[in-house]
Amino acid sequence: MALRIWASSTANALRLSSATRPHFSPLSRCFSSVLDGLKYANSHEWVKHEGSVATIGITDHAQDHLGEVVFVDLPDTGGSVAKATGFGAVESVKATSDINSPISGEIVEVNTKLSDTPGLINSSPYEDGWMIKVKPSNPSELESLMGAKEYTKFCEEEDAAH
Amino acid sequence: MRGGLWQLGQTITRRLGQSDKKTIARRCYASEADLKKTVLYDFHVANGGKMVPFAGWSMPIQYKDSIMESTINCRENGSLFDVSHMCGLSLKGKDCVAFLEKLVVADVAGLAPGTGSLTVFTNEKGGAIDDSVITKVTDDHIYLVVNAGCRDKDLAHIEEHMKAFKAKGGDVGWHIYDERSLLALQGPLAGPTLQHLTKEDLSKMYFGEFSIIDINGAKCFLTRTGYTGEDGFEISVPSENAVDLAKAIIEKSEGKIRLTGLGARDSLRLEAGLCLYGNDMEQHITPVEAGLTWAIGKRRRAEGGFLGAEVILKQIADGPAIRRVGLFSTGPPARSHSEIQNENGENIGEVTSGGFSPCLKKNIGMGYVKSGLHKAGTKLKIVIRGKTYEGSVTKMPFVPTKYYKPT
Repeated sequence: MALRIWASSTANALRLSSATRPHFSPLSRCFSSVLDGLKYANSHEWVKHEGSVATIGITDHAQDHLGEVVFVDLPDTGGSVAKATGFGAVESVKATSDINSPISGEIVEVNTKLSDTPGLINSSPYEDGWMIKVKPSNPSELESLMGAKEYTKFCEEEDAAH
Repeated sequence: MRGGLWQLGQTITRRLGQSDKKTIARRCYASEADLKKTVLYDFHVANGGKMVPFAGWSMPIQYKDSIMESTINCRENGSLFDVSHMCGLSLKGKDCVAFLEKLVVADVAGLAPGTGSLTVFTNEKGGAIDDSVITKVTDDHIYLVVNAGCRDKDLAHIEEHMKAFKAKGGDVGWHIYDERSLLALQGPLAGPTLQHLTKEDLSKMYFGEFSIIDINGAKCFLTRTGYTGEDGFEISVPSENAVDLAKAIIEKSEGKIRLTGLGARDSLRLEAGLCLYGNDMEQHITPVEAGLTWAIGKRRRAEGGFLGAEVILKQIADGPAIRRVGLFSTGPPARSHSEIQNENGENIGEVTSGGFSPCLKKNIGMGYVKSGLHKAGTKLKIVIRGKTYEGSVTKMPFVPTKYYKPT
């Protein structure tokens, strides 16, 4: 997610650049949960592939950094998504972030609960806060994604770098 | 995502750079090593402050509390902000009032000593160079605070005019308080808490008033003002005493006053309907268009005598072509630069600030629309990511202000 963090009322309005990089002190660093069995994109979305359908959402790490989600923009069922391109957006008090699809495919279901309760993304990022279900058009794309261990390491390295 | 955001931000910055060279120039200087730190930097970090580049400074955007929690706590209890990045200065000399009146729209001469006002520095075209809270300390001493992001251009502007003024024999000089820090203490517990730290009777000090007093053992410039809509103070404190004062305030409030970052500060000022310079007010926007005609003193309207007065006085007489309004909207929060349309889908303006109100739990925003479409209740549409959402013009402030005024 967060391909673009633009026009955030705090970031943009306060003239924080898009290049804003919150650097967290070790004290405030929190370790978010990463689930085994899921695949992760470096833009911080997860995919759970079960049978012919893959469920997509944003990670605990991502929601933690975004803060309280107040609105979720989702696509319509029947549309298609492409790997590494945006399919929706999540608005928090802090910022607007585009959400990328980790894989390509046809959207077979969207989580309509999110329109009334966008906070599910914060309270349950891997379960009730899922965003879309996709019928993958190229299942081999899943192999290019990270596993849980790799993603945990990726997050740690990102944090350490900034 | 933290690093990811940053890297992705870099990508965006590059992309933006193709279409907006000015933006990229502004964005590029924020390399970490170049950022200035306030004397409270270590204190922020020790308290969980998430530091971000802001106007050339490394400032806390939030602490451990979320922006939502911080915003609400400010209105229920109180907030302490480090705003030392802002630039405090004094103009001194027997002609300082006459000098300042050439640059701002306020009736400075008409201010009683020890009182102040929000004002606007204007350019020759009547546009806003900056907004500022000015205080007449005495007839030969003005204290003012200008925005961090405008510091360089404001000081250059003041200096240029000061040279010309002095060349004609005017008596004015300045002092920039780089040896002081600035804390903003806001919310219902601001007064009771600060009272523990000074012998002066704060119950006799009202909104807009100024006093030089001893607070927690240090000589402070105290202004009863703020940027949240709540009662509160801005405290200019010698930098060597700033950390002690911040600690004392938190301690005397028994932890109810919380350290609060720029994120909640933005939500709070938006809820209070206050302009953020650079978003809601810019070089090409006049104080009349910005809805700050009230800040143009009656005498100044009659006499003019400030930069851009012809343009501004004509706008007061004829009405401005565009006006700043408050907005409610459905759908995602409208952010700055979202297009505003009338009910027929025609462009009528642009959002300049917007977000989700933590206190009202709905989307609020402000922007400029064509005159005639500025009245409260006017229906409009806001375009966000290609979709249009219903909205309406509403009065500001969104959350009632609670300034401490004589009853």
